[in-house]
Amino acid sequence: MTTAVRLQNIHKRFGALEVLRGITLEAQEGEVLSLLGSSGSGKSTLLRCINMLEIPNDGDVWVAGEAVKFRAGRQGQSRTVDTAQIDRLRSRIGMVFQSFNLWPHLTILENVIEAPIHVLKRPRSECIQEARDLLERVGIGDKAQYYPAHLSGGQQQRAAIARALAMHPNLMLFDEPTSALDPELVGGVLRVIRSLAEEGRTMLVVTHEMAFARDVSSRVIFLHKGEVEADGPPEDVFTNSSSPHFQQFLGREARTE
Amino acid sequence: MDLARTFELVGFGPDGWGAILLAGTATTLAAAFCGLLLSFVLGALGASAKVAGGPAARAAAETYTTILRGVPELLVIFLFYFGSSSVLGAIAALFQYQGFIALPGFLAGVLAIGVVEGAVMVEVLRGAFLAVKPGEIEAAKACGMNTFLRFRRIIAPLTLRHALPGIGNVWIGLLKGSSLLSATGVAELMRQTQVAAGSTRLPFDFYVAAGAIYIVITVSSGVVFQLAERHYSRGVARP
Ligand SMILES: Nc1ncnc2c1ncn2[C@@H]1O[C@H](COP(=O)(O)OP(=O)(O)O)[C@@H](O)[C@H]1O
Repeated sequence: MTTAVRLQNIHKRFGALEVLRGITLEAQEGEVLSLLGSSGSGKSTLLRCINMLEIPNDGDVWVAGEAVKFRAGRQGQSRTVDTAQIDRLRSRIGMVFQSFNLWPHLTILENVIEAPIHVLKRPRSECIQEARDLLERVGIGDKAQYYPAHLSGGQQQRAAIARALAMHPNLMLFDEPTSALDPELVGGVLRVIRSLAEEGRTMLVVTHEMAFARDVSSRVIFLHKGEVEADGPPEDVFTNSSSPHFQQFLGREARTE
Repeated sequence: MDLARTFELVGFGPDGWGAILLAGTATTLAAAFCGLLLSFVLGALGASAKVAGGPAARAAAETYTTILRGVPELLVIFLFYFGSSSVLGAIAALFQYQGFIALPGFLAGVLAIGVVEGAVMVEVLRGAFLAVKPGEIEAAKACGMNTFLRFRRIIAPLTLRHALPGIGNVWIGLLKGSSLLSATGVAELMRQTQVAAGSTRLPFDFYVAAGAIYIVITVSSGVVFQLAERHYSRGVARP
């Protein structure tokens, strides 16, 4: 197996707040990792360190075997060294955001073909054909000509997944993809994500959906105050994790569900 | 006021001033349009300095907007017109030339109103940029768009959509501000109206006519901006 992502001793601070305190984590190709943890434990920040939307203050990041170049700058703020490298790596990493972040001035179809045409420089007609197939696949084939504002949250999130898939990513990052959705729309989006997992795609999913984490992921990572407290197959972590924080967390999640 | 007489005066007949007023209107539109281009360039520079510039660029943009908000437009026009004449005059004196030279009134006037409205445009474009949701820019980063592509495909179109109403106001400001060019003798609508009013001794007829022309221009530009807004906000706002 080859390593899709490797994080080594990642530290990230926002001002005085240390959000990640030495995270080491590896994901093999084909693995589906669920990142769990209470709000503020650093899950999103960790995910965003992988595609350099946040730049770690310390540590090393490898994506597809390639070391990402960044270094500490002035005032403890880190910065990237090689923007061309970052842009290239980002084009191979699909990201799905909690708030969808579709581009409101483009139709759903235009959202999906935008990056394949302009970043990957692929022929327009080919991209359109593929985008239509992807939209069909996520169940909104009839919405291609709509603008994002005219779709429900669930439909927007599926469009955002299609937009990420159109780049043929090696790795997919999901940042709480169903947290902004009305409860009745969650299921449809989770079904799409589950079908991607079943295709053997490499995915890191920040989620509060315990059933999803248990049934779909190959590994569960539990973060507590910026550190990995549990890491293993879901059946191990859920049934006999020794972390008291994880048990507390499960109790809280069960109550809110 | 005798309407029939007014229409004859501003008409295109043998005694009519229509052709002259029309030429003045064209000059007014040309001055306002050139001013719009200049104010847009200055506004874009100032807004990017304020949003993304270093401390020096930010301070420069801040100084520009603060000063030009507090100075009458007419003063800026005189500054460009007579100010340029003293600079150019000094240079000409080096070559033994003694006459009055200055920037052409039209050029000085366009520079002045463009610089004044540019200060307004800085705030219009800055506000419009800040209205773009950071997540939408982040999504562009996340799929590998480089800085230039992000700006061209995502940031600029979204910013312009938010800026349209403000740009419409700047355009109206430029149309009205262009009347001040009459002070340096530029033959725009206001100046031609003064000339006509003076030589016919019928000021009321001509000033009313000029007012009507200004209103026709501003109202029809308002309609154009509204149509543009509606067209470009497809998708941006819920219908
Ligand atoms: N850009 C930022 N600036 C300052 N603080 C931030 C920023 N992003 C996240 N944080 C803080 O970092 C902590 C962890 O955030 P996050 O990674 O979003 O946690 P989680 O995803 O587990 O809820 C929170 O306390 C949050 O307020």
